[in-house]
Amino acid sequence: MISQILFIAITLAAIALFSFNLKKVIRNIRIGKAADRTDQPQKRLMTMIRVALGQSKMVVRPIPAALHFVVYIGFVIINIEVLEIMIDGMFGTHRVFNGLGGLYNFLIGSFEILALGVWVGCAIFLIRRNILKLKRLNSPELKGWPKSDANYILITEILLMTAFLLMNAADAKLQALGAHHYITAGAFPVSQFLQNLLPGSESSLIAIERGCWWFHIIGILAFLNYLPYSKHFHILFAFPNTYFSNLEPKGEFTNMQSVTNEVKAMLDPSFTPPEAEAGRFGAKDVNDLSWVNLMNAYTCTECGRCTAVCPANITGKLLSPRKIMMDTRDRMEEVGKNIDKTGTGFEDGKSLIDDYITREELWACTSCNACVEACPINIDPLAIITDLRRYAVMEESQAPASINAMLGNIENNGAPWKYSPADRLNWAKES
Amino acid sequence: MSEKLNIEVPTMAEMIARGEEPEILFWVGCAGSYDERAQKTTRDICKILHHVGIKYAVLGTEESCTGDPAKRAGNEFLFQMQAMTNIEVLNGYNIKKIVTGCPHCFNTIKNEYPGLGGNYDIIHHTQLIQELINDGKLKAEGGESFKGKKITYHDPCYLGRGNGIYEAPRKALEVLDAQLVEMKRCKSNGLCCGAGGAQMFKEPEKGNKDINIERIEEALETNPSIIAAGCPFCMTMLSDGVKMKDQNQNVQVLDIAEITVRANGL
Ligand code: SF4
Ligand code: SF4
Repeated sequence: MISQILFIAITLAAIALFSFNLKKVIRNIRIGKAADRTDQPQKRLMTMIRVALGQSKMVVRPIPAALHFVVYIGFVIINIEVLEIMIDGMFGTHRVFNGLGGLYNFLIGSFEILALGVWVGCAIFLIRRNILKLKRLNSPELKGWPKSDANYILITEILLMTAFLLMNAADAKLQALGAHHYITAGAFPVSQFLQNLLPGSESSLIAIERGCWWFHIIGILAFLNYLPYSKHFHILFAFPNTYFSNLEPKGEFTNMQSVTNEVKAMLDPSFTPPEAEAGRFGAKDVNDLSWVNLMNAYTCTECGRCTAVCPANITGKLLSPRKIMMDTRDRMEEVGKNIDKTGTGFEDGKSLIDDYITREELWACTSCNACVEACPINIDPLAIITDLRRYAVMEESQAPASINAMLGNIENNGAPWKYSPADRLNWAKES
Repeated sequence: MSEKLNIEVPTMAEMIARGEEPEILFWVGCAGSYDERAQKTTRDICKILHHVGIKYAVLGTEESCTGDPAKRAGNEFLFQMQAMTNIEVLNGYNIKKIVTGCPHCFNTIKNEYPGLGGNYDIIHHTQLIQELINDGKLKAEGGESFKGKKITYHDPCYLGRGNGIYEAPRKALEVLDAQLVEMKRCKSNGLCCGAGGAQMFKEPEKGNKDINIERIEEALETNPSIIAAGCPFCMTMLSDGVKMKDQNQNVQVLDIAEITVRANGL
């Protein structure tokens, strides 16, 4: 009885804490400006199903795709097991789904195989990161927390899977001993090989079985609450992120309506622009970005596929699209903490540009869209880069000198080079 | 050597004065108008249009920058000034269909102009060439033979990833009886030439090499005799790269339009 109460209390506390943190994340995303991403719901749904559920963009790199797929499927399906644990925990039952008979055996058996798959997958991921030191997973922007974060999660998953398998092994042994409460249920294709490692006495087996059971469920609840602090948030956010992703051609940049109004008024004096909303051109800080950019930042898995294909990064320039996403998230978290402390309107004198992302990074981008194409969950680092450039150019007039010269030429000669508009047709006349 | 253009290039103003209308407007673009190397592609596009008998016109001195480099550099004001002025000219002539040799102009007119009141049916010249080949109007006969020559095609970002056009330029090469090879990074995984996003107009940020060198090294790995391009900016970057690698004796960088003109002996 006590354990049931304890179980319910822990579960409720975990869910409450998670909702509290999730609300904060959503509040942070809402710092961003409005953007309409509600058109074409059918196409959006299909995109989500294809990209997030079906992981269609992972396949470009087959090895991590296969490993990730096992971990992903394993994680999703093993959570059916969590449902049983929940019911057992609340009502003090044991293996309550046993009534399913042969199907139950099949389910437990396949969970075990998947658990082994997840175990192996995570082990290989750890090796790739820490021993093989894959370049993509060891860039400078991953030093410190991002690196530990990735390792913590992989180790946790390995521990959770180990606990699950040990629990089953102990359970099976208890079933064979005919121990009270341990009904005969389940098939154990993997954990049977662990049985010999376990002691023979009933009391120690019960201790191991219960210990692993508690570890497993507390581990999962802790994992849930760790998500908002981690790049592993993507297991939830990949879905809304792909649903709300950009459906327009990648070459198209956003149109700035406020500019359209001003330009129209300049060209046509009879045009009266609608009441202009105050706000700056482009983005200096996270609150100038759109909520889509900010959701992108929470969704980023820091996989670095974007950076691995970025021509600027490949040739040794400072720009890394992954870092753009990580910086945006870090700054958003900081602004969020400021709001928690002092309410909105707090100024800490910092901004996304300069304090997080340098001009050198911004101006190295060729707007080639390779990063956008490569991202397995449809994140758009280029949109953020563009908005920061807009701020640098339109609010501060701080472009590199040669860019200013180019802009001047367009303005005066209608071409980025200093040629006379009268010479535009010379190609047709000369040899 | 740039061959003389023996045909008259009609401007929109002249056509209207004669009371005629073109089937298609040829949007030349700044690079196509002023850059010496790109001018050659421009003339070749005219030769193709002339050869197949499409009634076309150019804007000539009435054309102005689409605003692409301004937009990519973040100057939305200047971009929209350019765009609206151009749209006024285009709408004034009641233009419906446009062809252009520049993927940047193509992308801007196709994707950015509709939001500002400019709606046109615009195609890239490689798409036009594809259509003409499909209709049997261009045959890759009667000119230079590309038989057995190794050709690799470089995807321009604003044609490929930007707008998903990968097949049209390849189609123009497929009819050649040449040996087509793909670079390791091609199609949606293609590598930028280094000129986009207004990079063309500034020194690159410091790094360990220039982007066009990285690209050329990859192109040269395929041992090509021709590197095919479909963008005047890629043309500049790739040609510079070939020169820097001292390969200009062995490798030619040619636009798809130039290759088509040669193959058809125009
Ligand atoms: S768009 Fe910019 S950041 Fe993205 S891959 Fe290209 S150069 Fe890198
Ligand atoms: S933006 Fe996408 S590709 Fe880049 S690190 Fe994040 S999840 Fe990976």
